[in-house]
Amino acid sequence: MKIQILGSGCANCHKVEETAKQAIAQMAIDAQVELVTDMQTIMRYGVLQTPGIVIDDNVVSTGRVPALSQMVTLIADSIARQGT
Amino acid sequence: MTTGILKPSAHRGDTRAFSLVAIAAILWLIAYSQLENFAQWLTYALLRLEPETHLADSVEFFLADVPKILLLLSGTIFGVTILRTFFSAERARQLLGGKRQGIGNLLAAMLGIITPFCSCSAVPLFIGFVESGIPLGVTFSFLMASPMVNEVALVMLFGLFGWQVAVMYAGAGVAIAITAGWVIGALGLEKYVEDFVWKLGVGAGVDESRNLTWTDRIERGGSAVKEIVAWVWLYVVIGIAFGAGIHGYVPENFLAEILGPRNPLAVIAAVLVGIPLYSNAAGVMPVVSALMEKGAGLGTVLAFMMAVVGLSLPEMIILRRVLKWELIAIFIGVMAVGIIAIGILFNLVS
Repeated sequence: MKIQILGSGCANCHKVEETAKQAIAQMAIDAQVELVTDMQTIMRYGVLQTPGIVIDDNVVSTGRVPALSQMVTLIADSIARQGT
Repeated sequence: MTTGILKPSAHRGDTRAFSLVAIAAILWLIAYSQLENFAQWLTYALLRLEPETHLADSVEFFLADVPKILLLLSGTIFGVTILRTFFSAERARQLLGGKRQGIGNLLAAMLGIITPFCSCSAVPLFIGFVESGIPLGVTFSFLMASPMVNEVALVMLFGLFGWQVAVMYAGAGVAIAITAGWVIGALGLEKYVEDFVWKLGVGAGVDESRNLTWTDRIERGGSAVKEIVAWVWLYVVIGIAFGAGIHGYVPENFLAEILGPRNPLAVIAAVLVGIPLYSNAAGVMPVVSALMEKGAGLGTVLAFMMAVVGLSLPEMIILRRVLKWELIAIFIGVMAVGIIAIGILFNLVS
Protein backbone atom coordinates (compact mmCIF):
# COMPACT_ATOMS: atom_id res chain seq x y z
CA MET A 1 0.00 0.00 0.00
CA LYS A 2 1.22 3.48 -0.86
CA ILE A 3 0.00 6.56 1.01
CA GLN A 4 0.85 9.91 -0.54
CA ILE A 5 0.45 13.21 1.27
CA LEU A 6 -0.03 16.04 -1.23
CA GLY A 7 0.91 19.52 -0.15
CA SER A 8 3.17 22.49 -0.60
CA GLY A 9 5.22 21.59 2.45
CA CYS A 10 3.19 23.54 4.98
CA ALA A 11 2.92 22.63 8.65
CA ASN A 12 -0.41 20.86 8.13
CA CYS A 13 1.10 18.53 5.53
CA HIS A 14 3.76 17.38 7.97
CA LYS A 15 1.11 16.83 10.59
CA VAL A 16 -0.83 14.59 8.19
CA GLU A 17 2.35 12.71 7.31
CA GLU A 18 3.01 12.06 11.01
CA THR A 19 -0.58 10.90 11.56
CA ALA A 20 -0.36 8.53 8.61
CA LYS A 21 2.81 6.97 10.01
CA GLN A 22 1.18 6.54 13.41
CA ALA A 23 -1.88 4.96 11.82
CA ILE A 24 0.27 2.45 9.94
CA ALA A 25 2.17 1.57 13.10
CA GLN A 26 -1.05 1.16 15.03
CA MET A 27 -2.67 -1.03 12.36
CA ALA A 28 0.56 -2.98 11.86
CA ILE A 29 0.25 -2.96 8.06
CA ASP A 30 2.87 -2.75 5.38
CA ALA A 31 2.67 0.67 3.75
CA GLN A 32 4.89 3.53 2.65
CA VAL A 33 4.16 7.16 3.35
CA GLU A 34 5.41 9.67 0.84
CA LEU A 35 5.21 13.45 0.94
CA VAL A 36 4.51 14.89 -2.53
CA THR A 37 5.26 18.58 -3.02
CA ASP A 38 5.52 18.59 -6.80
CA MET A 39 2.77 20.89 -8.03
CA GLN A 40 2.33 18.95 -11.28
CA THR A 41 1.49 15.75 -9.41
CA ILE A 42 -0.81 17.56 -7.00
CA MET A 43 -2.71 19.08 -9.90
CA ARG A 44 -2.86 15.77 -11.76
CA TYR A 45 -4.88 14.36 -8.86
CA GLY A 46 -7.15 17.42 -9.06
CA VAL A 47 -6.46 18.37 -5.45
CA LEU A 48 -7.36 22.05 -5.01
CA GLN A 49 -7.16 22.08 -1.23
CA THR A 50 -4.04 20.83 0.47
CA PRO A 51 -3.18 18.70 2.31
CA GLY A 52 -4.55 15.92 0.13
CA ILE A 53 -4.30 12.23 0.99
CA VAL A 54 -3.94 9.69 -1.80
CA ILE A 55 -4.04 5.98 -1.02
CA ASP A 56 -3.02 3.68 -3.88
CA ASP A 57 -3.90 6.34 -6.47
CA ASN A 58 -7.26 7.19 -4.88
CA VAL A 59 -7.82 10.65 -3.44
CA VAL A 60 -9.44 9.94 -0.07
CA SER A 61 -9.28 13.32 1.66
CA THR A 62 -8.55 16.95 0.81
CA GLY A 63 -8.12 20.21 2.67
CA ARG A 64 -8.05 18.96 6.23
CA VAL A 65 -5.94 17.31 8.88
CA PRO A 66 -7.67 14.10 9.97
CA ALA A 67 -7.34 12.87 13.53
CA LEU A 68 -5.55 9.55 14.05
CA SER A 69 -8.82 7.61 14.36
CA GLN A 70 -10.09 9.16 11.11
CA MET A 71 -6.83 8.32 9.38
CA VAL A 72 -7.18 4.69 10.51
CA THR A 73 -10.72 4.63 9.07
CA LEU A 74 -9.51 6.08 5.75
CA ILE A 75 -6.85 3.38 5.46
CA ALA A 76 -9.18 0.59 6.59
CA ASP A 77 -11.79 1.71 4.04
CA SER A 78 -9.18 1.63 1.28
CA ILE A 79 -8.14 -1.89 2.27
CA ALA A 80 -11.78 -2.98 2.31
CA ARG A 81 -12.36 -1.51 -1.17
CA GLN A 82 -9.35 -3.29 -2.61
CA GLY A 83 -10.44 -6.58 -1.01
CA THR A 84 -13.77 -6.62 -2.81
CA MET B 1 -6.15 7.80 -12.49
CA THR B 2 -9.29 7.44 -10.49
CA THR B 3 -10.88 9.98 -8.26
CA GLY B 4 -11.51 8.78 -4.79
CA ILE B 5 -14.60 7.36 -3.30
CA LEU B 6 -14.83 9.45 -0.22
CA LYS B 7 -15.83 7.79 2.98
CA PRO B 8 -18.47 5.16 2.19
CA SER B 9 -21.03 6.79 4.41
CA ALA B 10 -21.82 4.74 7.44
CA HIS B 11 -25.20 6.01 8.63
CA ARG B 12 -25.16 5.07 12.25
CA GLY B 13 -27.89 7.58 12.80
CA ASP B 14 -27.18 11.15 13.72
CA THR B 15 -29.49 11.35 16.72
CA ARG B 16 -26.70 11.39 19.26
CA ALA B 17 -24.88 14.23 17.53
CA PHE B 18 -28.09 16.27 17.20
CA SER B 19 -28.92 15.81 20.88
CA LEU B 20 -25.46 16.99 21.91
CA VAL B 21 -25.86 20.08 19.74
CA ALA B 22 -29.26 20.82 21.27
CA ILE B 23 -27.89 20.56 24.81
CA ALA B 24 -24.91 22.73 23.92
CA ALA B 25 -27.22 25.34 22.35
CA ILE B 26 -29.38 25.54 25.48
CA LEU B 27 -26.33 25.90 27.75
CA TRP B 28 -24.97 28.55 25.38
CA LEU B 29 -28.20 30.58 25.53
CA ILE B 30 -28.36 30.39 29.33
CA ALA B 31 -24.73 31.45 29.66
CA TYR B 32 -25.17 34.30 27.17
CA SER B 33 -28.27 35.69 28.89
CA GLN B 34 -26.52 35.74 32.28
CA LEU B 35 -23.30 37.47 31.20
CA GLU B 36 -23.97 40.88 32.68
CA ASN B 37 -25.37 39.58 35.95
CA PHE B 38 -22.35 37.34 36.27
CA ALA B 39 -19.91 40.21 35.64
CA GLN B 40 -21.70 42.44 38.15
CA TRP B 41 -21.77 39.72 40.74
CA LEU B 42 -18.05 39.05 40.29
CA THR B 43 -17.11 42.71 40.37
CA TYR B 44 -19.20 43.94 43.26
CA ALA B 45 -20.12 40.89 45.36
CA LEU B 46 -17.04 38.74 45.03
CA LEU B 47 -14.25 41.28 44.45
CA ARG B 48 -16.09 43.95 46.50
CA LEU B 49 -14.97 46.82 44.28
CA GLU B 50 -16.32 50.30 44.96
CA PRO B 51 -19.04 51.05 42.35
CA GLU B 52 -18.58 54.00 39.96
CA THR B 53 -14.79 54.00 40.11
CA HIS B 54 -12.43 53.70 37.14
CA LEU B 55 -11.23 50.35 38.42
CA ALA B 56 -14.70 48.86 38.87
CA ASP B 57 -15.75 50.14 35.45
CA SER B 58 -12.76 48.53 33.77
CA VAL B 59 -13.06 45.25 35.67
CA GLU B 60 -16.76 44.88 34.98
CA PHE B 61 -16.26 45.67 31.29
CA PHE B 62 -13.51 43.04 31.09
CA LEU B 63 -15.45 40.34 32.97
CA ALA B 64 -18.53 40.83 30.82
CA ASP B 65 -16.75 41.04 27.48
CA VAL B 66 -14.29 38.15 27.65
CA PRO B 67 -16.93 35.42 28.09
CA LYS B 68 -19.23 37.26 25.68
CA ILE B 69 -16.69 37.30 22.86
CA LEU B 70 -15.62 33.71 23.53
CA LEU B 71 -19.24 32.54 23.48
CA LEU B 72 -19.97 34.47 20.28
CA LEU B 73 -16.81 33.12 18.68
CA SER B 74 -17.63 29.50 19.58
CA GLY B 75 -21.19 29.79 18.31
CA THR B 76 -20.19 31.51 15.08
CA ILE B 77 -17.29 29.22 14.27
CA PHE B 78 -19.47 26.17 14.92
CA GLY B 79 -22.22 27.43 12.62
CA VAL B 80 -19.87 28.66 9.89
CA THR B 81 -17.87 25.41 9.89
CA ILE B 82 -21.00 23.29 9.52
CA LEU B 83 -22.23 25.53 6.71
CA ARG B 84 -18.83 25.23 5.05
CA THR B 85 -18.92 21.43 5.05
CA PHE B 86 -21.52 21.81 2.30
CA PHE B 87 -19.04 23.66 0.11
CA SER B 88 -15.68 22.79 -1.39
CA ALA B 89 -13.19 24.37 -3.74
CA GLU B 90 -14.14 21.76 -6.31
CA ARG B 91 -17.78 22.78 -6.14
CA ALA B 92 -16.80 26.45 -6.43
CA ARG B 93 -14.73 25.59 -9.49
CA GLN B 94 -17.70 23.88 -11.12
CA LEU B 95 -20.06 26.74 -10.26
CA LEU B 96 -17.66 29.37 -11.58
CA GLY B 97 -16.76 27.54 -14.78
CA GLY B 98 -17.96 29.47 -17.82
CA LYS B 99 -18.82 32.56 -15.76
CA ARG B 100 -17.71 35.88 -17.14
CA GLN B 101 -16.32 39.00 -15.55
CA GLY B 102 -18.93 40.91 -13.58
CA ILE B 103 -21.44 38.35 -12.43
CA GLY B 104 -18.51 35.94 -12.05
CA ASN B 105 -16.75 38.30 -9.62
CA LEU B 106 -19.87 38.62 -7.50
CA LEU B 107 -20.43 34.88 -7.32
CA ALA B 108 -16.72 34.25 -6.72
CA ALA B 109 -16.62 36.65 -3.78
CA MET B 110 -19.64 34.94 -2.18
CA LEU B 111 -18.18 31.47 -2.73
CA GLY B 112 -14.78 32.67 -1.49
CA ILE B 113 -16.28 33.56 1.88
CA ILE B 114 -18.19 30.33 2.33
CA THR B 115 -15.62 27.86 0.92
CA PRO B 116 -13.25 26.48 3.52
CA PHE B 117 -9.62 26.97 2.54
CA CYS B 118 -6.37 28.04 4.10
CA SER B 119 -3.86 30.35 2.46
CA CYS B 120 -1.46 27.42 2.01
CA SER B 121 -3.90 26.09 -0.63
CA ALA B 122 -3.74 29.33 -2.61
CA VAL B 123 -1.41 27.91 -5.26
CA PRO B 124 -3.28 24.70 -6.20
CA LEU B 125 -6.55 26.64 -6.04
CA PHE B 126 -5.22 29.32 -8.34
CA ILE B 127 -3.89 26.78 -10.86
CA GLY B 128 -7.05 24.67 -10.72
CA PHE B 129 -9.25 27.71 -11.32
CA VAL B 130 -7.42 29.36 -14.20
CA GLU B 131 -6.71 25.99 -15.85
CA SER B 132 -10.39 25.19 -16.00
CA GLY B 133 -11.03 28.46 -17.79
CA ILE B 134 -12.22 30.65 -14.94
CA PRO B 135 -11.14 34.23 -15.79
CA LEU B 136 -8.15 35.61 -13.88
CA GLY B 137 -10.16 38.44 -12.29
CA VAL B 138 -12.87 36.06 -11.09
CA THR B 139 -10.20 33.82 -9.55
CA PHE B 140 -8.79 36.84 -7.72
CA SER B 141 -12.21 37.79 -6.36
CA PHE B 142 -12.45 34.29 -4.93
CA LEU B 143 -9.00 34.37 -3.34
CA MET B 144 -9.48 37.86 -1.88
CA ALA B 145 -12.92 37.45 -0.34
CA SER B 146 -11.96 35.04 2.40
CA PRO B 147 -9.20 37.09 4.06
CA MET B 148 -11.16 40.32 3.52
CA VAL B 149 -14.19 39.03 5.39
CA ASN B 150 -12.68 37.22 8.32
CA GLU B 151 -15.18 35.53 10.64
CA VAL B 152 -13.11 36.04 13.79
CA ALA B 153 -12.83 39.76 13.02
CA LEU B 154 -16.53 39.88 12.23
CA VAL B 155 -17.52 38.37 15.59
CA MET B 156 -15.18 40.58 17.57
CA LEU B 157 -16.40 43.72 15.80
CA PHE B 158 -19.97 42.64 16.51
CA GLY B 159 -19.24 41.95 20.17
CA LEU B 160 -17.19 45.08 20.81
CA PHE B 161 -18.79 47.71 18.56
CA GLY B 162 -22.24 46.41 17.61
CA TRP B 163 -23.81 44.91 14.55
CA GLN B 164 -23.65 48.06 12.42
CA VAL B 165 -19.85 48.05 12.41
CA ALA B 166 -19.79 44.29 11.73
CA VAL B 167 -22.16 44.65 8.78
CA MET B 168 -20.16 47.57 7.37
CA TYR B 169 -16.97 45.55 7.62
CA ALA B 170 -18.47 42.53 5.84
CA GLY B 171 -20.06 44.68 3.13
CA ALA B 172 -16.85 46.58 2.54
CA GLY B 173 -14.85 43.35 2.29
CA VAL B 174 -17.19 41.86 -0.30
CA ALA B 175 -17.27 45.11 -2.28
CA ILE B 176 -13.48 45.28 -2.41
CA ALA B 177 -13.10 41.62 -3.43
CA ILE B 178 -15.61 42.09 -6.26
CA THR B 179 -14.24 45.40 -7.52
CA ALA B 180 -10.54 44.61 -7.19
CA GLY B 181 -11.04 41.26 -8.98
CA TRP B 182 -13.03 42.98 -11.71
CA VAL B 183 -10.32 45.62 -12.20
CA ILE B 184 -7.58 42.97 -12.39
CA GLY B 185 -9.67 41.08 -14.96
CA ALA B 186 -10.32 44.20 -17.03
CA LEU B 187 -6.61 45.02 -17.16
CA GLY B 188 -5.85 41.76 -19.03
CA LEU B 189 -2.91 40.63 -16.95
CA GLU B 190 -2.75 36.99 -18.03
CA LYS B 191 0.78 37.53 -19.35
CA TYR B 192 1.96 38.06 -15.78
CA VAL B 193 0.93 34.58 -14.71
CA GLU B 194 3.94 32.24 -14.67
CA ASP B 195 4.04 30.32 -17.96
CA PHE B 196 4.13 26.84 -16.41
CA VAL B 197 0.67 27.37 -14.92
CA TRP B 198 -0.94 27.20 -18.36
CA LYS B 199 0.88 23.96 -19.21
CA LEU B 200 -0.09 21.84 -16.22
CA GLY B 201 -2.72 19.18 -16.69
CA VAL B 202 -5.36 19.28 -14.00
CA GLY B 203 -7.13 16.07 -13.09
CA ALA B 204 -10.81 15.73 -12.33
CA GLY B 205 -11.33 17.18 -8.91
CA VAL B 206 -12.63 15.72 -5.71
CA ASP B 207 -15.70 17.07 -4.00
CA GLU B 208 -15.64 16.00 -0.41
CA SER B 209 -18.70 17.97 0.58
CA ARG B 210 -21.27 15.49 -0.67
CA ASN B 211 -20.76 12.24 1.19
CA LEU B 212 -20.72 13.49 4.74
CA THR B 213 -23.18 12.47 7.43
CA TRP B 214 -24.54 15.03 9.87
CA THR B 215 -22.40 13.46 12.56
CA ASP B 216 -19.31 14.18 10.42
CA ARG B 217 -20.36 17.77 9.88
CA ILE B 218 -21.10 18.37 13.56
CA GLU B 219 -17.80 16.76 14.55
CA ARG B 220 -15.96 19.12 12.21
CA GLY B 221 -17.80 22.09 13.67
CA GLY B 222 -16.81 21.01 17.16
CA SER B 223 -13.16 20.48 16.36
CA ALA B 224 -12.96 23.82 14.53
CA VAL B 225 -14.29 25.57 17.65
CA LYS B 226 -11.71 23.81 19.83
CA GLU B 227 -8.87 24.58 17.45
CA ILE B 228 -9.67 28.25 16.89
CA VAL B 229 -10.63 29.12 20.46
CA ALA B 230 -7.49 27.39 21.80
CA TRP B 231 -5.51 29.61 19.48
CA VAL B 232 -7.21 33.02 19.80
CA TRP B 233 -8.42 33.14 23.42
CA LEU B 234 -5.24 34.82 24.60
CA TYR B 235 -5.58 37.55 21.97
CA VAL B 236 -9.18 38.03 23.03
CA VAL B 237 -8.19 38.43 26.69
CA ILE B 238 -5.35 40.85 25.87
CA GLY B 239 -7.53 42.78 23.44
CA ILE B 240 -10.34 43.22 25.90
CA ALA B 241 -8.01 44.00 28.80
CA PHE B 242 -6.59 46.76 26.60
CA GLY B 243 -10.04 47.97 25.70
CA ALA B 244 -11.22 47.75 29.30
CA GLY B 245 -8.28 49.81 30.57
CA ILE B 246 -8.94 52.48 27.97
CA HIS B 247 -12.66 52.32 28.64
CA GLY B 248 -12.08 53.16 32.29
CA TYR B 249 -9.13 55.52 32.19
CA VAL B 250 -8.32 57.27 28.91
CA PRO B 251 -10.36 60.37 28.13
CA GLU B 252 -12.57 60.13 25.07
CA ASN B 253 -11.53 61.79 21.82
CA PHE B 254 -7.89 61.53 22.81
CA LEU B 255 -6.89 60.71 19.24
CA ALA B 256 -9.76 62.46 17.49
CA GLU B 257 -7.56 65.26 16.16
CA ILE B 258 -5.04 63.09 14.32
CA LEU B 259 -6.94 59.90 13.50
CA GLY B 260 -10.44 61.34 13.48
CA PRO B 261 -12.88 60.90 10.60
CA ARG B 262 -12.10 64.29 9.08
CA ASN B 263 -8.55 63.45 8.17
CA PRO B 264 -8.34 61.45 4.89
CA LEU B 265 -4.55 61.29 5.15
CA ALA B 266 -4.98 59.18 8.27
CA VAL B 267 -6.74 56.50 6.20
CA ILE B 268 -3.92 56.41 3.67
CA ALA B 269 -1.32 56.25 6.44
CA ALA B 270 -3.26 53.49 8.21
CA VAL B 271 -3.34 51.36 5.05
CA LEU B 272 0.33 51.96 4.20
CA VAL B 273 1.31 50.95 7.73
CA GLY B 274 -1.08 48.00 7.69
CA ILE B 275 0.06 46.31 4.46
CA PRO B 276 3.53 45.17 5.57
CA LEU B 277 2.21 44.28 9.02
CA TYR B 278 0.66 40.89 9.19
CA SER B 279 -1.38 39.55 12.03
CA ASN B 280 -4.44 37.41 12.50
CA ALA B 281 -7.78 39.07 13.06
CA ALA B 282 -7.76 38.43 16.81
CA GLY B 283 -4.26 39.82 17.21
CA VAL B 284 -5.09 43.15 15.59
CA MET B 285 -8.21 43.67 17.69
CA PRO B 286 -6.48 45.17 20.75
CA VAL B 287 -5.13 47.93 18.52
CA VAL B 288 -8.48 48.40 16.82
CA SER B 289 -10.42 48.71 20.05
CA ALA B 290 -7.84 51.07 21.50
CA LEU B 291 -7.95 53.34 18.43
CA MET B 292 -11.76 53.35 18.33
CA GLU B 293 -12.12 54.17 22.00
CA LYS B 294 -9.73 57.07 21.69
CA GLY B 295 -11.75 58.68 18.94
CA ALA B 296 -10.18 57.47 15.71
CA GLY B 297 -12.56 57.46 12.74
CA LEU B 298 -14.44 54.25 12.00
CA GLY B 299 -13.24 54.26 8.39
CA THR B 300 -9.64 54.78 9.46
CA VAL B 301 -9.79 51.88 11.89
CA LEU B 302 -11.56 49.48 9.52
CA ALA B 303 -9.12 50.35 6.74
CA PHE B 304 -6.20 49.61 9.04
CA MET B 305 -7.70 46.27 10.03
CA MET B 306 -8.47 45.24 6.45
CA ALA B 307 -4.94 46.12 5.36
CA VAL B 308 -3.40 44.07 8.19
CA VAL B 309 -5.66 41.01 7.97
CA GLY B 310 -6.68 40.98 4.31
CA LEU B 311 -3.34 41.68 2.66
CA SER B 312 -0.90 39.19 4.02
CA LEU B 313 2.74 39.07 3.09
CA PRO B 314 3.04 35.29 3.57
CA GLU B 315 0.21 34.76 1.09
CA MET B 316 1.91 37.06 -1.44
CA ILE B 317 5.12 35.04 -1.10
CA ILE B 318 3.18 31.82 -1.67
CA LEU B 319 1.46 33.34 -4.71
CA ARG B 320 4.80 34.44 -6.16
CA ARG B 321 5.22 30.80 -7.26
CA VAL B 322 2.45 31.27 -9.84
CA LEU B 323 2.39 35.03 -10.40
CA LYS B 324 5.09 37.31 -11.75
CA TRP B 325 5.98 40.14 -9.42
CA GLU B 326 4.30 42.73 -11.66
CA LEU B 327 0.94 41.08 -11.05
CA ILE B 328 1.57 40.84 -7.30
CA ALA B 329 2.39 44.56 -7.25
CA ILE B 330 -0.80 45.40 -9.19
CA PHE B 331 -2.79 43.10 -6.91
CA ILE B 332 -1.52 44.87 -3.77
CA GLY B 333 -1.98 48.27 -5.39
CA VAL B 334 -5.60 47.64 -6.44
CA MET B 335 -6.48 46.27 -3.01
CA ALA B 336 -4.81 49.20 -1.25
CA VAL B 337 -6.70 51.74 -3.35
CA GLY B 338 -9.96 49.88 -2.66
CA ILE B 339 -9.38 49.78 1.09
CA ILE B 340 -8.44 53.47 1.19
CA ALA B 341 -11.56 54.40 -0.78
CA ILE B 342 -13.78 52.40 1.58
CA GLY B 343 -12.07 53.94 4.62
CA ILE B 344 -12.61 57.51 3.39
CA LEU B 345 -16.21 56.69 2.44
CA PHE B 346 -16.97 55.29 5.91
CA ASN B 347 -15.44 58.31 7.57
CA LEU B 348 -17.69 60.55 5.49
CA VAL B 349 -20.92 58.74 6.35
CA SER B 350 -20.24 57.87 9.99
